[in-house]
Amino acid sequence: MKSEKLTKVILFLSSLTILLVASGMIYSLAGGSVLAFKTFGIKFIYTSVWNPTEGSENYGALAFIAGTIITSVFALLVCLPLALSTALFIGEYYRDKPVSRIVGTMVDLLAGIPSIVYGLWGFYVLRPLIVDLGLSPQGYGIFTSGIVLAIMIIPYATSISTEIIKMVPNDLKEAAYSLGATRLEVITNVLIPNARSGIFASFILAFGRALGETMAVTMLIGNANVVPESLFATGNTMASVIANQFGEADGLKLSSLIAIGLLLFIITALINAAGKFIIKRFS
Amino acid sequence: MDKPIVDIKDPVLRIENLHVSYDGIKNSVTDVSASVKKHAITAIMGPSGCGKSTLLRAINRMHDLYPQIKTTGKIFLNGDDISSISNIVLRRKIGMVFQRPNPFPTMSIYDNVIAGYKLNGFSLKKHERDEIVEKSLTDVSLWNEVKDALNKKGTFLSGGQQQRLCIARALAFQPDVILLDEPTSALDPIATAKIEDLLLELKDKYSIVLVTHNMAQAARISNFSMFMYLGELVEYGRTKDMFTKPVDKRTEEYLTGKFG
Amino acid sequence: MTDIIKTGNIRAAKNKAFAWIVAILSFITIFPIVLIISKLIINGYKQINLAFFTQVGPDTMEAMTAVSGGHVIPGGILNGIAGTLLMVLLASVMAIPLGVIIGVYLYENTTKRYAAVVRDVSDVMQGVPSIVLGLISYLWVVKHVTHGYSALAGASALGIMMLPLIIRSTEETLKMIPVSIKEAGFALGVPYHKIILRVLIPTGFSGLSTGILLAISRVIGETAPLMLTALGSRMVNLNIEQPTSAVPLLIWEFYNDPNMVDLIWSSSLFLMGFVLTLNIISKRIAAKSKK
Repeated sequence: MKSEKLTKVILFLSSLTILLVASGMIYSLAGGSVLAFKTFGIKFIYTSVWNPTEGSENYGALAFIAGTIITSVFALLVCLPLALSTALFIGEYYRDKPVSRIVGTMVDLLAGIPSIVYGLWGFYVLRPLIVDLGLSPQGYGIFTSGIVLAIMIIPYATSISTEIIKMVPNDLKEAAYSLGATRLEVITNVLIPNARSGIFASFILAFGRALGETMAVTMLIGNANVVPESLFATGNTMASVIANQFGEADGLKLSSLIAIGLLLFIITALINAAGKFIIKRFS
Repeated sequence: MDKPIVDIKDPVLRIENLHVSYDGIKNSVTDVSASVKKHAITAIMGPSGCGKSTLLRAINRMHDLYPQIKTTGKIFLNGDDISSISNIVLRRKIGMVFQRPNPFPTMSIYDNVIAGYKLNGFSLKKHERDEIVEKSLTDVSLWNEVKDALNKKGTFLSGGQQQRLCIARALAFQPDVILLDEPTSALDPIATAKIEDLLLELKDKYSIVLVTHNMAQAARISNFSMFMYLGELVEYGRTKDMFTKPVDKRTEEYLTGKFG
Repeated sequence: MTDIIKTGNIRAAKNKAFAWIVAILSFITIFPIVLIISKLIINGYKQINLAFFTQVGPDTMEAMTAVSGGHVIPGGILNGIAGTLLMVLLASVMAIPLGVIIGVYLYENTTKRYAAVVRDVSDVMQGVPSIVLGLISYLWVVKHVTHGYSALAGASALGIMMLPLIIRSTEETLKMIPVSIKEAGFALGVPYHKIILRVLIPTGFSGLSTGILLAISRVIGETAPLMLTALGSRMVNLNIEQPTSAVPLLIWEFYNDPNMVDLIWSSSLFLMGFVLTLNIISKRIAAKSKK
């Protein structure tokens, strides 16, 4: 009896550690950003200066917040038709066929490629292509990094969508077929409406992934600390400015980078919580 | 023909030498030939796995959805070979009701009834739609129960009401034939009785083919009965005749509860 | 009637067109993986030799001389391999036992309000960008424990990343075990901790190892958090309090040095091969246990 109680106590105490780590993270990020917020106030969030010159140091996160959201939204828009088609391919058109297993494995492989390898591929293969097409003189920018991001998040958007599409009961589809619907009509009127919250949630989670991606974006976005003016302009994201500027940072600059980390943490946590909430309510 | 199979004049459906195989090796339906009477209820009985649902689903070519299923033989709807009619048109002329009530959960009761029109891309005027919905729901005696809740989701209804909604959905197109695949197996006795009464009313306007594992149900409401066993159509005749003096020994054994 | 049949034809055509679009877009989706893998193999294979695994990275001068002379770049990525293995091992030591125990706790307390909070927190942790975890490990370990960049700091960042992955995979695995197996243990009067150690964990072993291998494969290619914590090193370093290299960190260094381009591809090929091997092994284990 005594040992049973002890076991339960050990299990409970272990579970506390993850809560401690999580709350410690918030505490440390908040603590580290105090200096930045004290110096710049709430203005830190909506100004876009980034001036590390000693004596006139001035930092604002707007350029990075804007860059993060623009690249991620663009990546999501590119990813959407691709991931949805692939989910339909695996989960509906070629369900349980060998070809869908091959496609599924290939999509899984995409998730296994490290971010830095995506960055290299984008730098050496995609970027020259974009220069050749005359889309941008150097090939860096929102567009390039957005395309690579889109490829990176495809497996996250696809895998959950596929599962949800497979879960739509067969007799609903058959009911629609028995009324004379074509497969396309079954997909648009029965399959997608029944799977929509799950599909929506999977894209939210994929969006959360895109927001936090660092290496591939750093290597492709051009690292310009300004609010991007067009799809082909250079910019910077919250994750990549931390990676880029961290090495030489201390004092106010370090605090500003930590503050950006805190903002990124909050945004991704909210996005992920929303995605999980939708999935939970759905299932 | 040595099998006890009734001859029907001017049938709505004529099935000729139908074979259906799920794996290309074993037949689930073997060489079935039969004609189905217009404006009557024809029941297909038999123990589970005898091929009765498989036979039913061949009539509206549901098997086309699954490329691995091989179907041979011919089926005629009002004299036309169904393989010469497109699936879209065929399924509009043959309605189907499934074992489990399956209203579309994302659609309202109203939208469920006119789902066939919507899915087939018909653009109807509002008063036309309203008419179809009211008529179809009245036909299945559901109108009075749901007329104030037409915009609610169909899944809020009770099981029996849901199944009547599904029948209304199949009726909305005014099909020639309605196929029902064990429509009451998921329902309680009271809901079952209501569906049976409904089918008796509907047979004046529609030709009904009903798969059932419930002999008593076949006896209560059908005019003709088929008995299938191991994929074969063993006996087909007037229900009264079959239940009182079955010709085939297997039919007799099934009806007396020796197996099934 | 004719107009019904006509619309039928248009719909059939739309239906067919859509099927084609789905197939084409799916093909486009899998195309990049083919491009990336072939690029890595074509550009990377020539640097893969014995030295690649047994020597540390060359300096810029050596590399420049070799490239201009038309030779392969001398040296290898031993410092990266050693650092990656060291940090992944440390991260595993931190995350695996704790993650499995918390997973067991969640499995044992499915309905408790508190357990739901733990579950939600670990779900949210799973979505925290790795760069933020790098920042955290910098603030905690680099600043206060090792007082400088270190393998321990890198491993901590990777460990925090692995923890929620292992928690959830453990819980999911245990959920698949029939309750009757556990009850059989209780019926025999086996103490609680022995049921966990002798019944639950061995029964779910293949699922647990799949989850662990996948978690490792997820963190092994991480670069950004290590830039903030482990920093990198030219030498093989096994002292956990010292800056340490890792394969992805080396790739980053090679990328920033125009003389080392050839090494980028072979290192990436190696890293991806490693990740994919882990993935394949874990899938094999999962497939075997299903049989």
